[in-house]
Amino acid sequence: MANGQFPEALIQQLSQKFRDHHFGDVMVVGGGVSGIQASLDLASSGFKVYLVDKAPSIGGHMAQLDKTFPTNECSM
Amino acid sequence: MEGEAGDFQITLIKKPKYIDEDQCTGCTACVEYCPVKYPDPFNQEISQNKAIHIYFAQAIPLVTYIDDSCLYLKEKKCGICEGICKNHAIDFNQRAEKIEVKVGAVILAPGLEPYDPGLRHDYGYGQFANVVTSLDYERLMCATGPYQGEILRASDRKHPHKIAWIQCVGSRQVIPGGNSYCSGVCCTYAQKQVILTKEHDAEAECTIFHNDIRSYNKDFERFYQRTESLPGVRFIRSYVSIGREIPASKNVTIRYSTPDDGVKEEEFGLVVLSVGLNPPADYTALADKFGIELNAHGFCQTNPVDPMEATRPGIFVSGAFRGPTDIPESVFSASAAGSECGELLNYRRGKLTQARIYPPEKDVAQEEPRIGVFVCHCGANIGRIVDVPATVEYALSLPHVAYAQEQLFSCATNSAKEISDMTREKGLNRVVIAACSPRTLEPLFRDTLREAGINQYYLDMANIREHNSWVHSKEREESTRKAQDLIRMSVARARHLEPLQEFDLPVNKAGLVVGGGLAGMTAALSLANQGHEVYLVEKESDLGGMARRLHSTLEGLDVQQYLIDVVGKIYRHPLVHVYTEAAILETGGYVGNFATKVKSRGRVMEIKHGATLLATGAEEYRPTEYLYGEDERVVTNLELEEQIAGRDERLVGARSLVMIQCVGCRNAERNYCSRVCCSHSIKNALNLKALNPQMDIYILFRDMRTYGYYEDYYREAAGKEVRFIRYEPTDPPEVEPAVGEEGLGVLRVTVTDPILGKRLEIDADVVALAAAVIPSAGSQEAARLFKVNSNPDGFFKEAHVKLRPVDFVADGIYLCGMAHYPKFITETLSQAYAAAGRALTLLSHDTVVASGSVCEVNERKCIGCGACISACSYGAIEFRETRQGKKAVVNPVICKGDGLCNAKCPTGAISLKHHTDEEILSQIDAAVQP
Repeated sequence: MANGQFPEALIQQLSQKFRDHHFGDVMVVGGGVSGIQASLDLASSGFKVYLVDKAPSIGGHMAQLDKTFPTNECSM
Repeated sequence: MEGEAGDFQITLIKKPKYIDEDQCTGCTACVEYCPVKYPDPFNQEISQNKAIHIYFAQAIPLVTYIDDSCLYLKEKKCGICEGICKNHAIDFNQRAEKIEVKVGAVILAPGLEPYDPGLRHDYGYGQFANVVTSLDYERLMCATGPYQGEILRASDRKHPHKIAWIQCVGSRQVIPGGNSYCSGVCCTYAQKQVILTKEHDAEAECTIFHNDIRSYNKDFERFYQRTESLPGVRFIRSYVSIGREIPASKNVTIRYSTPDDGVKEEEFGLVVLSVGLNPPADYTALADKFGIELNAHGFCQTNPVDPMEATRPGIFVSGAFRGPTDIPESVFSASAAGSECGELLNYRRGKLTQARIYPPEKDVAQEEPRIGVFVCHCGANIGRIVDVPATVEYALSLPHVAYAQEQLFSCATNSAKEISDMTREKGLNRVVIAACSPRTLEPLFRDTLREAGINQYYLDMANIREHNSWVHSKEREESTRKAQDLIRMSVARARHLEPLQEFDLPVNKAGLVVGGGLAGMTAALSLANQGHEVYLVEKESDLGGMARRLHSTLEGLDVQQYLIDVVGKIYRHPLVHVYTEAAILETGGYVGNFATKVKSRGRVMEIKHGATLLATGAEEYRPTEYLYGEDERVVTNLELEEQIAGRDERLVGARSLVMIQCVGCRNAERNYCSRVCCSHSIKNALNLKALNPQMDIYILFRDMRTYGYYEDYYREAAGKEVRFIRYEPTDPPEVEPAVGEEGLGVLRVTVTDPILGKRLEIDADVVALAAAVIPSAGSQEAARLFKVNSNPDGFFKEAHVKLRPVDFVADGIYLCGMAHYPKFITETLSQAYAAAGRALTLLSHDTVVASGSVCEVNERKCIGCGACISACSYGAIEFRETRQGKKAVVNPVICKGDGLCNAKCPTGAISLKHHTDEEILSQIDAAVQP
């Protein structure tokens, strides 16, 4: 039926457009400790997440800390 | 970004790394050969890095990238790295890539920017070599920092022995370029830096120049005391200014005032500026892109009763972009934002996600052990100390070891793939990974074994980092031998490992929420809005808890009106079942499958639920100090708030009112700060000043702890002539009835003013006590029933202060609100959403996986003594009647595999799978018989 109503080329074009797009549920902007936790929680409860960060690695400022209070554990 | 909640289109620009991430193995050969050095941003530009480098040692993804300083990118010269890279991962033709993404919601977590003290030149930063910021200092202390954890001065690369910290740099400063708010974290991070400095150099002299010390969070007061009690540590309460740099030594002087000797100038080897937290660098651009509003400080504008929601629907915010925030709050606000997204997008949950599919598991139980050993360099963490190649050689000489190799970072995605590939290729049936503690990465490597198609319990980790290279960094040869010993022990154990099965348990989709205050109700609504049945249990006849006694907040919320709205939503929600005047009789079960008996208004019912949220609140301390209960003019903060709300005539007409802070806490009996009282007193004072501007109001305090934005209200109160007088705990105020000037009865408050250095007498018509917030009786009862832990002060103890702030150690039980620690309404609401969000990570699944490493009873050996039952902290063991009498039986679902029962069993009837006597004894044998 589809072929009767929609030309093949249009279907191709539409599905190509679909492929060029990334579909997700939530985008998390910032990959510090907060962004990482939000992404993990959302992914664990059934959502597809895009996590984006401006730096070459996730980790944010917490990765720069030596230890963290009040337990003085390694922040990494 | 275009579109609206549920349907956003976002265009991203992916900057080129000039690296093919799929080809780069993170070997860093290119970094060795790169001729260009530039200041390393990760190390605060204290040290240099190469134009091509890995962002930091544990970066994710662990691949190199090329910085703009690259000669090839600038002038088409060099290109050495291209020739060096064996994997042809260098790609100078990469261009910025435009990516379109469609999503239903956005969480903004762009974090913070540390305050830059160089902009104002008032602390010598950027001018004097030995003045650094606290973040610079953080890198100096760190093992992966510019000098490998040696704290060195920039001027002479020598260890400083006399170090000063200056607090409130850029915070609590109403000056151009400064921030009026308190950053909330600097007092405690400076204390941490002092403790760590003393660990680096026990002889170091550390001085903290501070204003109020704001140890307002859980366990912070004890942390402060711990710092203060270290030898050679001074806390000096004084505003300071930087003096000069001594030309020869490059030491820096600080001028400060003392109560006895006036202004002093003192020399220090290094000065650390405790800089505050600014909004992220590009905050205005960010706000424009996402179409959201900012507050006056440049942080995201949020709604006090929906604290994760930005001003545009479908956009949520977590972490430090909401305002100065510490790590625990950054984490739980993230879980909270997750729950809010879930409410918005519940209709599409699970539609785009895919379950992972593992290859079928090969049965190798009957095969001879063929052990593979993978020795991790952990960048330089292990490799710099331990001779890794020699250790690999050694591993190959051990019995049953069929294969061994070294890896730069075993935890990197490509290394994990290498492990599963080699396991298949070499036909390995046991794997030993010699790397770090299993605490963090064992789950990852178990997954790696599943990918390889063998049982995940055929894994052992030899901890050659924490147990070896980190603690023996000066003994290279010995630590190599120790690494080999640890591997020999792991290999011995690996021979005896058995395949274990994990099992799937069904998850009951309902939640039980204990406590019907704002925390409990908010969590209940968030769960219900995501389609889950919720049972809300409250011991009183009305919902509302502590909020029933609050009328306003500093942000201007009408608490009673808000409470009416929330209670209405609770009663209207078809999925929320409310039980008031209720008591919990008993509770049992395990994650995903709890059963709780509740008695409410004479009826008893059993509730089955998959998750439990404890929101049992807190209470106000009933003071025994300052004539409270003897003289009706002495009231608590909450009573004062009630009288203000009721426009009590005697109160509003009062000429003079004294507030006394820290009543019943920050003392030996309750060694914590109740967090909310300073701001609560400020709120009452401002409300009273609005009703009667003529009233003289005095606040007698120890440290004003108006952290974050509350600092602005403190300043406002001071501007309205509320008078603040500090007192020392050793010399507290005294209150006694007296006759005032006009022959009227007053309360005479006597206090020593440390600035004036003399006793003051204030005649007050009303004395308000900032009474401590104490754990509720309900919390203690809940702790007993649900077998959860409390801290020494009686507040619930979370599983991990920073990483699991609203989880209990016991699976499936979560906490929120004042039962965790005193907090404000906005903070309570964030935490309530967070607890709901965490519960959703469980309740949104149909099944939950239980571990295979659990205890098992050999009934033939069991004599029914019950020693194991009393040893178990989880209630996992019960008696069962058999023909041979009472026998212990372990419920494998509740068992956490901690092995406490094993040690207690007098007949050796209980064993812990995956840690059998045979496995452990073989390790010990291998340790003593090389």
